Amino acid sequence: MDFSSLTLHEALRLLEDGTTTSVALTQAVFSRIGAVEDRIKAYLAHNEELALQGAEQADALRAQGQGGPLCGIPLAVKDLLCTSDFPTTCGSRMLERFTPPYNATVVEKLHQAGVVITGKLAMDEFAMGSTNENCAFAVPENPWKAGYIAGGSSGGSAAAVAADECFGALGSDTGGSIRQPASLCGVVGMKPTYGRVSRYGLVAFASSLDQVGPLSKDVRDCALMMEAIAGYDPRDSTSINRPVPVYSQVLERGVRGLRIGVPTEYFGQGLDPEVETAVRRGIELLEQAGAEIVEVSLPHTQYCVAVYYLIAPAEASSNLARYDGVRYGFRAAGTDGLQEMYNRSRSQGFGDEVKRRILIGTYALSAGYYDAYYKKASQVRTLIKQDFETVFRQCDLIASPVTPTPAWPIGEKSDDPLSLYLSDILTLSANLAGIPGMSVPCGFTSAGLPVGMQLQAAHFNEEVLFQAGASLEQQLGIAAKKPVIGGV
Amino acid sequence: MDFEIVIGLEVHAQMNTKSKIFCGCSTEFGAPPNTHTCPVCLGMPGSLPVLNRQVVEAAIKLALATDSTINQENIFARKNYFYPDLPKGYQISQFELPIAEHGKLEIEVEGTKKTIGITRIHMEEDAGKLVHDELEPVSHVDLNRTGTPLLEIVSEPDLRSPAEATAYLKKLHAIVRYLDICDGNMQEGSFRCDANISLRPVGQEEFGIRTELKNMNSFKNVQLAMEYEVRRQRDVLLDGGRVIQQTLLWNPDKAQTETMRGKEEAHDYRYFPDPDLVPVVVDQDWISTVAAGLPELPDHRRRRFCEELGLNDYDAEILTSSRELADYFELALAEYGNAKKLGNFMGTELLREYGAEEIEACPVRPSQLARLLKMIEDNTISGKIAKTVFAEMLDKGQDPEVIVKEKGLVQMSDEGELQAMVREIIAANQEQAQQFRDGKTKVMGFFVGQLMQRTKGKANPKLANKLFQQELNTP
Repeated sequence: MDFSSLTLHEALRLLEDGTTTSVALTQAVFSRIGAVEDRIKAYLAHNEELALQGAEQADALRAQGQGGPLCGIPLAVKDLLCTSDFPTTCGSRMLERFTPPYNATVVEKLHQAGVVITGKLAMDEFAMGSTNENCAFAVPENPWKAGYIAGGSSGGSAAAVAADECFGALGSDTGGSIRQPASLCGVVGMKPTYGRVSRYGLVAFASSLDQVGPLSKDVRDCALMMEAIAGYDPRDSTSINRPVPVYSQVLERGVRGLRIGVPTEYFGQGLDPEVETAVRRGIELLEQAGAEIVEVSLPHTQYCVAVYYLIAPAEASSNLARYDGVRYGFRAAGTDGLQEMYNRSRSQGFGDEVKRRILIGTYALSAGYYDAYYKKASQVRTLIKQDFETVFRQCDLIASPVTPTPAWPIGEKSDDPLSLYLSDILTLSANLAGIPGMSVPCGFTSAGLPVGMQLQAAHFNEEVLFQAGASLEQQLGIAAKKPVIGGV
Repeated sequence: MDFEIVIGLEVHAQMNTKSKIFCGCSTEFGAPPNTHTCPVCLGMPGSLPVLNRQVVEAAIKLALATDSTINQENIFARKNYFYPDLPKGYQISQFELPIAEHGKLEIEVEGTKKTIGITRIHMEEDAGKLVHDELEPVSHVDLNRTGTPLLEIVSEPDLRSPAEATAYLKKLHAIVRYLDICDGNMQEGSFRCDANISLRPVGQEEFGIRTELKNMNSFKNVQLAMEYEVRRQRDVLLDGGRVIQQTLLWNPDKAQTETMRGKEEAHDYRYFPDPDLVPVVVDQDWISTVAAGLPELPDHRRRRFCEELGLNDYDAEILTSSRELADYFELALAEYGNAKKLGNFMGTELLREYGAEEIEACPVRPSQLARLLKMIEDNTISGKIAKTVFAEMLDKGQDPEVIVKEKGLVQMSDEGELQAMVREIIAANQEQAQQFRDGKTKVMGFFVGQLMQRTKGKANPKLANKLFQQELNTP
């Protein structure tokens, strides 16, 4: 039996009943990595030896009746979560040889839960991008179709999970970076409520939007991972101190009695007909399962892209100022004087998309432009939040597509940043409003590319997303469908 | 042409909290480079700041002490610029909505009182330090100081002379020390000031072009630097020139200012609210709690010393110039009782040896001083002897009783014994005795002096006077 194709919760059951060991699961994962990684290119770093050590420890703990709730489960994390035993490159030359002196809070939490970390996953440089083409080291490919994007920026995370190269992965979502690749790769992905999961040790892209979350093989796995990583962290002033529900307990509740809003604005121009068909079919299934479907409106949706592409770059321009060649990371060789050292280190260390956003952000914050750009964007952001407050008085959650189109061939849009920015339109608003969002697989296009459904709810109402997500997954019965990768 | 001087001060006071403003690292001065650091103050990727609430408390104290309006909701902002001593590439400071605004401070220069406006008080983190190698063209970065909490106190351009500016600075210095929020050490840079200086023709509304003056690390240098800059600007203007807007550094060795950077190099700091920190909410309860714990401030204490203890303005001002000195005074007073005499003695004898802020290092403790003064009061020693004893106390740290006893300095107050000496002295100085009887009463000093010589200063001076009067007036 190839353990790597199991879901996390299936693997956990085998561990619990003694059918298998963490060592065996870890070996299976690395054997799978060996078989498909050349084609998928999801990992920037993996370490079998280290993972097997962790697995042995986990097995020993479990034998003593100890160990955390995920004891012995091999998971991987996006390469912008700080790990003291792996380099943390953020997909950038700037941090190519950088190993942090500490672990991110979520990484610590995974350790405490007993997780074995297999490695670090590819991403767009500093999480800026939606195709993973902006990674300085590797461009992961969609497991469902060679030569197609896995999405981004957590493209490595989504591809690794879809290709069974780990039992689940952590990503980060600033404007859709978990939900979009999850949708394009046919896995489950959740962006939690802002403040639900600690950002300490998550290398910042845009601090008021960033949130860590799971990518998983099914909804139950997502719930189990959320239980492990969510919670207050005194080291993150923006994390919120409130109890973490046992998400895995709500999965059987179904959707009967829930009101699901369908926002008109999310089914507008540019939506691929096959995507629309799959999502509408998913909504029908939820209705058949007992949900009430209502049409709702989020009138400020049209401004999301503009607002996001001012606020996120503004924060990024400041967050990325620390990469100056002085203390760690890349420093250009042979420079003369401080100014030249700064200029050349940053020019050579950062890729084009990162530079583009630093420039946009610097401009938006400049004296004389601040009011017209950053400040105005912040005001419109408040209106976008209010849209959701209004809508969540009318319904419990909203359902929509995650992305306007399925995955496309690598290189097709890489010269057209604006069209890429526009393709984020359906995911940005959850970050701007701070609400939780989830991508759940809901079908395939005729070309065999996955399509996801986005579910969004009010702040700290992740439970309703798990309820609806589990229900949809059950109705569709497609979670077990696997991509065929290079004949493997 | 006559010019009016316009000065505004920006003071940076380092808070004396044990740990830094956004992490748990120690703020202790003088540790080996980069040992008081952690991922947060080093600006490592992924690290996040967490506010030290004691810094807010210190800011509330200063806001209350300067009659400022406290913003109930205030926010931290990022001030963006590149420099190797600034590890994040931005300083966490406050911009819109600082902790306090619209305060005031009363100063007194040459007997004239004046109220100086305080524009704002805000919290921020300090940067690190660059240490330039003396041999190689290399600079080393020490980030121990990075993240040390600062309060920046910005005055209105209300100061009209270097003397007023110095008085303001001294007053603010006394207040932060009274509040025990800053150690006030100017040499180590825990209390530093930048001055904005301009001149304008008397009567003109509009401000002249200003220069910013930095690197003045003592009250003396502040005054010297400002006086220099005022002279320099006046010369430029009188020559028909224009003052160039620039930042100047005071060079204390050359006693002159030097250009640091011009206006064209001015930064655009791109301030925006720091998304890593939530707004700080200072509610009335918090303010009340802090207010309840405030010590008595220098102005109030000075007034009380005048009104309740009968001190004159001058003595009261001196005695309240530091919290330690005023505490010393009140402790001694509790045992001794005569405020005026105590104030006099402290003003002359004690402050000659120890500055107002060094008083805690003085080996003579308040109770010892009180006992010394009591010995004058009960005629054990004379006032003159007391000064000798006090010098000895400063030197050896002994109790006054021990010194008086060991040196045999107890005052001679035996009337019979003294009368015999008085008679002998008069007998030996008939000429002077006659002069006295002829109305030249000044010679009394001569007679008392003679007696003091014979008794090695121990004769009770009052009694000596009385006896000479008696004997000289009875022919």
